[in-house]
Amino acid sequence: MGKIIVLGQMEGSQVSRISLEALSGARQLAAATGHTVLAALFGPGDPPEQLAGADIAEIIRLPNAELADYSPDHYVAAAEALIAAEQPELLVTGHSYQIRDWLPRLAARLGRPLISDCIGVRDAGAGRWVRPVFQGKISADVQTSPGLVLVSFQSGTYRADELGSGSPTVRTVPVDLSAVESRLQREEKFQEAKGAVDLSRAERIVAVGRGIGEEENLQLAHDLAKALGAEVGSSRPVVDYGWLDHDRQVGSSGQTVSPKLYLALGISGAIQHQVGMKNAGCIVAINKDANAPIFEIADYGIVGDLFDYVPALIKALHAR
Amino acid sequence: MRICVLIKQLPDTGSALKIRADELWVDEDNLVFSANESDSYALEEALLMKEAQGGEVVVVSLGPERVGQVLKDALAKGADRAIHLHDPAWEVLDSLGLARIMAAVLKEEQCDLIFTGLQSDDTGDGQLGPMLAELLDMPHVTLVVETELSDGRIKVKQELEGGWFQYVTAQLPVLLTIQSGINKPRYASLRGIMAMKHKEIKAVGAGDLDLPADQWVAGRTLQRLYVPEKTKETVFLEGSPQEVGAALVDHLVNTAKVF
Ligand SMILES: Cc1cc2nc3c(=O)[nH]c(=O)nc-3n(C[C@H](O)[C@H](O)[C@H](O)COP(=O)(O)OP(=O)(O)OC[C@H]3O[C@@H](n4cnc5c(N)ncnc54)[C@H](O)[C@@H]3O)c2cc1C
Ligand SMILES: Nc1ncnc2c1ncn2[C@@H]1O[C@H](COP(=O)(O)O)[C@@H](O)[C@H]1O
Repeated sequence: MGKIIVLGQMEGSQVSRISLEALSGARQLAAATGHTVLAALFGPGDPPEQLAGADIAEIIRLPNAELADYSPDHYVAAAEALIAAEQPELLVTGHSYQIRDWLPRLAARLGRPLISDCIGVRDAGAGRWVRPVFQGKISADVQTSPGLVLVSFQSGTYRADELGSGSPTVRTVPVDLSAVESRLQREEKFQEAKGAVDLSRAERIVAVGRGIGEEENLQLAHDLAKALGAEVGSSRPVVDYGWLDHDRQVGSSGQTVSPKLYLALGISGAIQHQVGMKNAGCIVAINKDANAPIFEIADYGIVGDLFDYVPALIKALHAR
Repeated sequence: MRICVLIKQLPDTGSALKIRADELWVDEDNLVFSANESDSYALEEALLMKEAQGGEVVVVSLGPERVGQVLKDALAKGADRAIHLHDPAWEVLDSLGLARIMAAVLKEEQCDLIFTGLQSDDTGDGQLGPMLAELLDMPHVTLVVETELSDGRIKVKQELEGGWFQYVTAQLPVLLTIQSGINKPRYASLRGIMAMKHKEIKAVGAGDLDLPADQWVAGRTLQRLYVPEKTKETVFLEGSPQEVGAALVDHLVNTAKVF
C-alpha cells in the first residue's frame, strides 16, 4: 500500500499542535485507505519525545543545517527531494501560516493539486475532500485527480489526543540542498509592544465586527460593554479601518481570548476569528444573517439587526 | 518600475448567498460584485509606490464580462493599464491552471513587483501568489503588512501567527501577497474617472497565449456546495427587542452565570 507523509512543523523542540492534529487526521486516512503514515521532520535535532510513542510507522528526518530556520526556497527543495525518494500518495500538513507560505509553491513545482484549509474527508481513496468557501458560510466537496495530492487541514479538524500509541522507527533521508540559494533575508521575529488592554484577561468581551457599519456606531458597543462590565474587542476589519487599536483584535492574527462571556455584534465568524474566541465560556451572537458561521459556535443567538436589539439589551441590563 | 496587481472580482461581503440548483456555485443573478478585500489593499500599495518612486501600475483580472468593472475601478483610482483575461475555455480552473495562465501573461510584462491579495474571500484557496512566484522563478513573501522600497531591494514586514512579525528583505523582482489593513484604500476621484476612459483594457484569450490547453486542465474540481451542518445547539431568542433583551439577561445571569 501507499504512503502518507505528514510534514511536522517544529516550534522550538516540539512539534506544533496543528501538526499533531494533521498526524491524527493522517491516521484516520490510513485506516480508510490502508496506507502507512510517516512523519517527516525538517532540520537538525532529535525527534521530539511527543512522537516517540505515537501511532505512526516511521519518523523521517531531514537533518540538513539549511532547514534549521524557515526558508521557503529550502523547504520546497527539501520536500521535492523527499517526495521523489518516498513517492507518497498524500502529503498532509496543518494549515499554519508557514504552510500557507510555501506549500502552494511546492504544489506548483510538482504540478499537483493542493487542498488548502481542508475541514474534512468525504472519501480519501477516491480523492474527495471538504473545504470551506465564502469564509465558512458554505462548504464544498472537492474532487482531486488521481496521483499525489497535497492537503493542509484547518486547525481543529482532528484531535491531537486521538492519535493513538505505537513505536515508530526513525530513519534519515539524505537530501542535498547545497545548490539551493535563499533569495530572502529574514530578521528576528518580534511582537509589537503591548498596548493598554489585555483582552486575554477580560472576563467579558463585547466584540464588534464590520456589521457595526460606521465608526460613530462604536459608541453603542462601548455602552453595552459598560452595562456588562466588559472590554471591547473586534474582528479584523474594524482594526484595519483604524476604528480600534490592534490589541483589541481577536483572532489568528490578534488576541486569543477565553472570557466567561463573548458577545459578538455583527461578526460573521470566519475561521480566523473563531480560533481566537471559540473557547469562551458563553458565546452570544447578534447577526442579521441566520446562516452566519458565528451561529455554529454560539450558545445564544439573536437573528436580527444589532441596532434594534443592542439598545433594548442595554436597557434590560440597567433594569437588572 | 512596473508593478502588476492581480485583482479578483467576487460577490460583495455581506451578500445573501444562494446555492445554485446544480449545487456547483452560488446563484450570481442578484449579486453585487466588487474587488476582493485584500486585493483592494494590494492595489493601493502599488499606487502609493508609484506615486513615491514613479513607474507603471498594471492591473490584471481573469473572469467573465462583469470583471471589466473592477478593472475600470482600478484605472479610475490611478492604475495605468489593465489586462482582462477572458475565455470560455477558462470557465472551470483550479489554482494551478489559473497560475499557469497568469504566469504566461506576466512573463511578457517583466514586472519588478507583483502584488496579489493574500486569499480570495470566495474560494479561500490562498494559493495563487506563491504558485505564480514559483512558475515565474521569483521569490515571494506572503501576508505583507508594510513595505519599504530602496535601490532595487524591498524590505517588508510579514505577519506571522499569534501577533508575531518578521522583517524580510529581497532583491527585485519579487511577488508579495498583501494582507488587509496595510494602508487606507482610496476612492476614485472625478478626475480619475474621466481619465479612466482613455486608458487601455487589453483583452486576452486562450488563443493569445503560448500555452497548451492541457496546462489548465483542473486537477481539483468542485463537486457540490452545501450549507454546513451545525454542530452546536444554539438557543435562538426570538420576539420583540424588549423581550429578547430581558430573556438574554435572564439566561446570562441564571443559566450561563457570566457575572
Ligand atoms: C491570514 C488571515 C488572518 C486573519 N486574521 C484575522 C483575525 O485575527 N481576526 C479576525 O477577526 N479576522 C481575521 N481575518 C479575516 C477573516 O477572514 C474575516 O474576513 C473577518 O473576521 C471578517 O470580519 P467580520 O465578521 O467583522 O466581517 P464580515 O465577514 O463582513 O461580517 C459582517 C457580519 O455582520 C452582519 N451584519 C451586518 N449588518 C448588521 C446589522 N445591522 N446587525 C446585525 N448584523 C449585521 C453580517 O450579516 C455579517 O455576518 C484573517 C484573515 C486571514 C486570511
Ligand atoms: N481570477 C482572478 N483574477 C485575478 N486575480 C486573482 C484571481 N484569482 C485569484 N487572484 C489573486 O490571487 C489572490 C489569491 O487568490 P486565491 O489563491 O484564489 O485565494 C487573490 O487575492 C487575487 O489577488
